[in-house]
Amino acid sequence: MLEVTAVTKLYGRATGVRDVSFGVAPGEIVGLLGPNGAGKTTIMRVVTGFLTATAGTVKVAGFDVVDQPLQARRHLGYLPEQPPVYPDMTVASYLDFVAQVREVPARERRARIGSAIEQLDLSSVSGRLIGNLSKGYRQRVGLAQALVHDPPLLVLDEPSSSLDPGQTVEMRNIVRRLGETRAVLLSSHILAEVERICARVVILKQGRVVAADRMDRLTRLLAVGTKLRIQVRGKRRDVDSVLAKVPKLESWELEDAGEDVVVGHLHPSSGADIRETLFFRLAEAGYPLLEVRPEVPGLESVFMELTGGAMPAHKPGKSASRSGVEVRGR
Amino acid sequence: MTKVWAVYWREVQAYFLSPVAYVFMAVFLLLTGWFFAARLFATQYIEMQVVFANMTFMFVFIAPLLTMRLLAEERRMGTDEFLLTAPLTVGQIVVGKFLAAVTVYLAFLAVTGVYPWLLYRYGFPDWVTIGTGYLGVILVGAAYLAVGVLASSLTNSQMVAGLLGFGVLLLSLVVDRAAVVSTGLLAKVLQAISISARANGLYMGVLNVADLFYLISFTGGLLFLTVRVMERRRWL
Ligand SMILES: Nc1ncnc2c1ncn2[C@@H]1O[C@H](COP(=O)(O)OP(=O)(O)O)[C@@H](O)[C@H]1O
Ligand SMILES: [Mg+2]
Repeated sequence: MLEVTAVTKLYGRATGVRDVSFGVAPGEIVGLLGPNGAGKTTIMRVVTGFLTATAGTVKVAGFDVVDQPLQARRHLGYLPEQPPVYPDMTVASYLDFVAQVREVPARERRARIGSAIEQLDLSSVSGRLIGNLSKGYRQRVGLAQALVHDPPLLVLDEPSSSLDPGQTVEMRNIVRRLGETRAVLLSSHILAEVERICARVVILKQGRVVAADRMDRLTRLLAVGTKLRIQVRGKRRDVDSVLAKVPKLESWELEDAGEDVVVGHLHPSSGADIRETLFFRLAEAGYPLLEVRPEVPGLESVFMELTGGAMPAHKPGKSASRSGVEVRGR
Repeated sequence: MTKVWAVYWREVQAYFLSPVAYVFMAVFLLLTGWFFAARLFATQYIEMQVVFANMTFMFVFIAPLLTMRLLAEERRMGTDEFLLTAPLTVGQIVVGKFLAAVTVYLAFLAVTGVYPWLLYRYGFPDWVTIGTGYLGVILVGAAYLAVGVLASSLTNSQMVAGLLGFGVLLLSLVVDRAAVVSTGLLAKVLQAISISARANGLYMGVLNVADLFYLISFTGGLLFLTVRVMERRRWL
């Protein structure tokens, strides 16, 4: 549905994105992930034809966005970072305007607008001026705008940024539902967001793709070689002596965590998956392994590594979701 | 066509829903009305030609105020990201918006229709001159609006767009004056480019194809430039 091939976009001397390629198939939600300034918005603007690429091609539903712009644009819906709404219009009149511009036939217009209003649960505010709506509602009106013509490709730029946790969950469910039948390209700088709804991720750093893969493969990649946290029933000294015999385990720290329970932080040599060996060695010695998990949750550590040691910043008040980790560039 | 209509109609509604249009209209009518009345009462005689020239002169101040919002505000609010990614050409956007501004202007002019009506009621107006005069006022006003539309495409600040448009129109007034007072070749050149000089014939009931052509292509040229400016921005 969407094919991005070797796209480079320069802003004068500054680089927006460089040599980016990826695709999105129908029924697939692909996440563009990267810290601020990584080039997510730039790609989306090139994909939607708002900007023209310096080099490379973009095809939407088989139509080149530069050579057949109107054809290509007919097949996409776009929610920019700022919802493109007019504060002086009511929700209903705005969607009617959008539907006309998006070439929804007059006969179907009412039904399409009604369905968009229903899908985004906007019926209670449809007569209100958009300027008087809360940020969350405005974002939903923006999304209604993107799908009123029922496009096969949806491009959503940080759809849940600046929403509160409850709204974020709602937005996530909406996007997931939309992605069942459509191709969706979604951007975010919040890992948890992408991790939860995207089947595939393209990770960007300073305008370049540093990783692009299925979500499950990226997460498996992480399970290898990262720090492990274990919980074992036994005495600290005994567990210590067992660990000493585990190959490919470089260093560890143990601490007592209550009666006969030891918590350990293990550093395997890079690239090694020691979980099975660990399990058997401890079992043979008679110390049951109660828990083993990666010290840093999933994608995060890979993301950190790939995007060059960007600092994770837990911002209690502002973070878009409870477990969301905001990642910013240096 | 539906799409141009949608852009046009949204814009017309925006004009008439905000109080600003009514304020401009009131100012415009007050000033033109005052000129009309003052002249009429002083001399018991009126040349519509002067009234028409006054209307367009007033409009120099109002046109940039009407157009400054049109494109600059879309950029400021980010709604241009919708318009420019919709299945719509930039030409359709610009024409829709321009026609909306022209419509507001026509609404202003419609109210000034009371002046010839008064003349008809109490005197013997020359309907041909009134007809061509209004045509001139419409064409000059449209040209001024096109200047404002172009200015609005150059910035994302209404204020800057307004000042820019106003500056250019003032310059055109200077050209108009200079065309009157200068002599020789310079006068010929200035008269050729002066907008009001082109309209003077129409105000006096003279329909000249070259003048019509000049005024219309001036407006068309500015709108075309506007489209180019906006297309260009995609390439940044
Ligand atoms: N209009 C612009 N002019 C110049 N540089 C820009 C412009 N827009 C974005 N950039 C630069 O391009 C890079 C990518 O920006 P952007 O695509 O907005 O990133 P993201 O959406 O991932 O935060 C940044 O370094 C940014 O400074
Ligand atoms: Mg962005």
